[in-house]
Amino acid sequence: MAKDKIDRPQDESKRRFLKYTGTAVGGLVVGGVVGGLIGANARNTKEEAAPAPSGSAPAVSNERDYNQALMFFNQEQYQTAEAAAERIFPADDLGPGAKELGAAFFIDHQMAGMYGTNARDYMTPPFQKAEAYQGYQLAFKRQELMALGLDALNEYSQNNYQNKFAKLTEDQQNEVLAAFEANEVDLKGVPAATFFTMLRNLTIEGVYSDPLYGGNKNMAGWKMKSYPGNQMSYYDAIEKEGLVKYEPQSLHDHLTS
Amino acid sequence: MATKMPKVSVAIVGMGWVGGVIAAELTKAGHNVVGFERGKTRSTEDYYHVHDELRYANRYELMQDLSKETVTYRNNEKITALPMRTYGSFLLGNGLGGAGVHWNGQYFRFLPYDFQIKSKTVERYGAKKIPDGMTLQDWGITYDELEPYFVKFEQMAGISGDPTTTEHVGKMSKPFPTGPMKQTPAMKLFRDAASKLGLHPYSMPSANLADNYTNPDGIERAACQYCGFCERFGCEYGAKADPCVTVLPVALKTGKLEIRTFSNVTKIVHDGKKASGVQYIHVPTGEEYFQPADVVILASYVFSNTRILLLSDLGKPYDPKTQTGVIGRNYCYQVNGAATSAFYDDKEFSTFMGAGALGAVLDDFNGDNFDHSDLNFLHGANIALTQTGLRPIANNPTPAGTASWGKEFKANSIKYANRVLNVAAQGSCMPFRHHYLDLDPTYKDAHGLPLIRMTFDFEDQDKELVKYLAAKTKAIADEMGATKTEMRDSLSTYNITPYQSTHNTGGVMMGADPATSAVNNYLQMWDAENVFVCGASAFAHNSGYNPTATVGALAYRTAEGVEKYLAKGGSLV
Ligand SMILES: Cc1cc2nc3c(=O)[nH]c(=O)nc-3n(C[C@H](O)[C@H](O)[C@H](O)COP(=O)(O)OP(=O)(O)OC[C@H]3O[C@@H](n4cnc5c(N)ncnc54)[C@H](O)[C@@H]3O)c2cc1C
Ligand code: SF4
Repeated sequence: MAKDKIDRPQDESKRRFLKYTGTAVGGLVVGGVVGGLIGANARNTKEEAAPAPSGSAPAVSNERDYNQALMFFNQEQYQTAEAAAERIFPADDLGPGAKELGAAFFIDHQMAGMYGTNARDYMTPPFQKAEAYQGYQLAFKRQELMALGLDALNEYSQNNYQNKFAKLTEDQQNEVLAAFEANEVDLKGVPAATFFTMLRNLTIEGVYSDPLYGGNKNMAGWKMKSYPGNQMSYYDAIEKEGLVKYEPQSLHDHLTS
Repeated sequence: MATKMPKVSVAIVGMGWVGGVIAAELTKAGHNVVGFERGKTRSTEDYYHVHDELRYANRYELMQDLSKETVTYRNNEKITALPMRTYGSFLLGNGLGGAGVHWNGQYFRFLPYDFQIKSKTVERYGAKKIPDGMTLQDWGITYDELEPYFVKFEQMAGISGDPTTTEHVGKMSKPFPTGPMKQTPAMKLFRDAASKLGLHPYSMPSANLADNYTNPDGIERAACQYCGFCERFGCEYGAKADPCVTVLPVALKTGKLEIRTFSNVTKIVHDGKKASGVQYIHVPTGEEYFQPADVVILASYVFSNTRILLLSDLGKPYDPKTQTGVIGRNYCYQVNGAATSAFYDDKEFSTFMGAGALGAVLDDFNGDNFDHSDLNFLHGANIALTQTGLRPIANNPTPAGTASWGKEFKANSIKYANRVLNVAAQGSCMPFRHHYLDLDPTYKDAHGLPLIRMTFDFEDQDKELVKYLAAKTKAIADEMGATKTEMRDSLSTYNITPYQSTHNTGGVMMGADPATSAVNNYLQMWDAENVFVCGASAFAHNSGYNPTATVGALAYRTAEGVEKYLAKGGSLV
């Protein structure tokens, strides 16, 4: 069945692909790009790894990664964010959770960059009370909301469970997060539900964005969903029945020397 | 003091589809054109690493930088409009090619009914059918008059589609230049189900090339690879029709187009009768310039077109109290929300593959193709199943009742990632007296100029339409062999946060009467004969379709009008 088959680019389809893009190379518009991509594509086909046996959870490598360190969080913020992200997207039989996937590094890096400082958002005052359907209207930058929100998670945990968030049991952590989601928390003026939604969305992004951003370690997030990442062409596969499986590729595979 | 530049024949504000089409036509005819674009330059080379969902789909790499300029929004005149601080219900184009770089490429000519909507409604149902407050209006042009210009856009862009059309749409004098896109198993399920119900599905016409194509200007482009990174992304193959790989290279090759990027036009300079040119700010330096021109063309999308006119004090601003004035009038949107999801427990689909305009569609409930006598709304929607390529951050479908995080969320979102198909309606949007654009009294852009303010909400018309169309989507989905289906049939207050559609229309509408329209059917301003205001801002309402086919056809007509004007002068109608 097509469902279980690993679809490898056949020689014929590759020739076909080169033929199609070749037209563009000869044309006015896309030579530089497609030229490079053809090289990357050929190399990746060779390096294609053996498919994981079906049913087994994709493994995450434990090698030391010197690219992994903090840009924005302090140690406690990192631990809190990591613990919360793991509850939002927990490890289970299907595969790794947010923690193993490096989602907390992703969140840290996002907070350190232009997303964390709302560089491309309209942050000009006056900030006024808004109707719910008028969207985000707070003066908080995401960085500030994140730092205050993580503090609030710990403070709420201390008040209600006499320990830091990262030290609570899974059930307790879920209860804390549910209280934030329901906006039942009022600490230091932190809008709890807004913070929770941001944390939830960042966690999902950290699980499924290209590994270049620090999460989705070894593409294990994608593997759980049978998502093939960055592929050059589905021209020969688009009409096929069932789920066509590929060994995923990330944008790293796109670099040419 | 603004530095004065040497005079040119034509100044075009905005280098998207509209600006690009007009620039190509006028330069081919030998006219000197300067094109102003507030954003940066762009080319296919920029998309080498484009398969990056986070950067392009979630962080809006290609869209307008809201820190510099945005839109304010309120849903009625009683409340204070507030800025759209982050994206967003719609995603504004910026940079060379505008939104034409990151569009889907779904291509639909509006219906003959659309252009004469008021007279046809009155003719069939009587004047009482139009509810109080609905400012329905004919467009001052007919489908047949616009038909040849649709053909021009299709030949230029290489639109792909079926060789014949259904009885529900306007006749085509020339078939699409390339055949339909490939058909996926999901599309086949939809088509079979719809046919079984006696409906009339067809291949969605597409600006993602189904085949290699050479257009009449000699531009060669390669076929679409169904890469699944299309809408919100640029195409690394040049397969998606985009101004940067079609009309702009043609215009540049004539040597008669000068493009000035990072140039934000703030004002049309005029004496109340005619424009003498445009004033603009060079964004990096903040320096001001004046560009004299014989003809000024606004091609800067709905919001900038309206805003520049209001900032320039050109044309009479619309006043909803007295219902006089025209600039800002008949702002419309797209009424989405009617849809049914089909969940398959025993079947998987490769829905991560796809193209922006890959799909199957039907018009049985669009326009006036069905009897509205007993219905509380006008017009309708197209119903489609598209396969645009689902990406993993956004694609987390779960059955109703699933939490949005935690164990159950993870299990369900992974289980259903490749097991859900959607049948959705894209609804038309009728104009209302209190839906309009004007200048915001409080919020300013990076240059200190007022932002545009939108006053808009969904009306009973829209809610009724959604309810009716949703039932139709469910009937089709129920025939598609799914384990279960879930229908969404309610529409509430318009919310600026979730993405809905970048099909904003109106504000500088066309028509036959200067009292109720701002431009004539060449998109020439009634109040200033050498100013043309082009794009979806000219729509008198929005149809149950994506807008760009009609935007493109009107741009070709404008180009013809400008040529006539440059030769003879005066009003073109
Ligand atoms: C994600 C997405 C998907 C879409 N999919 C479809 C689809 O499938 N089918 C369809 O028909 N339509 C679709 N659209 C809509 C389509 O992109 C637009 O209708 C079309 O591109 C509009 O072209 P335009 O030239 O009128 O405006 P734009 O493309 O917006 O171009 C206007 C240009 O003017 C510039 N500008 C604005 N103000 C100024 C100023 N003051 N000075 C100088 N320059 C200025 C802007 O930077 C921009 O480049 C989609 C849009 C989006 C965002
Ligand atoms: S789906 Fe096709 S048209 Fe769209 S970006 Fe990919 S190759 Fe280009």
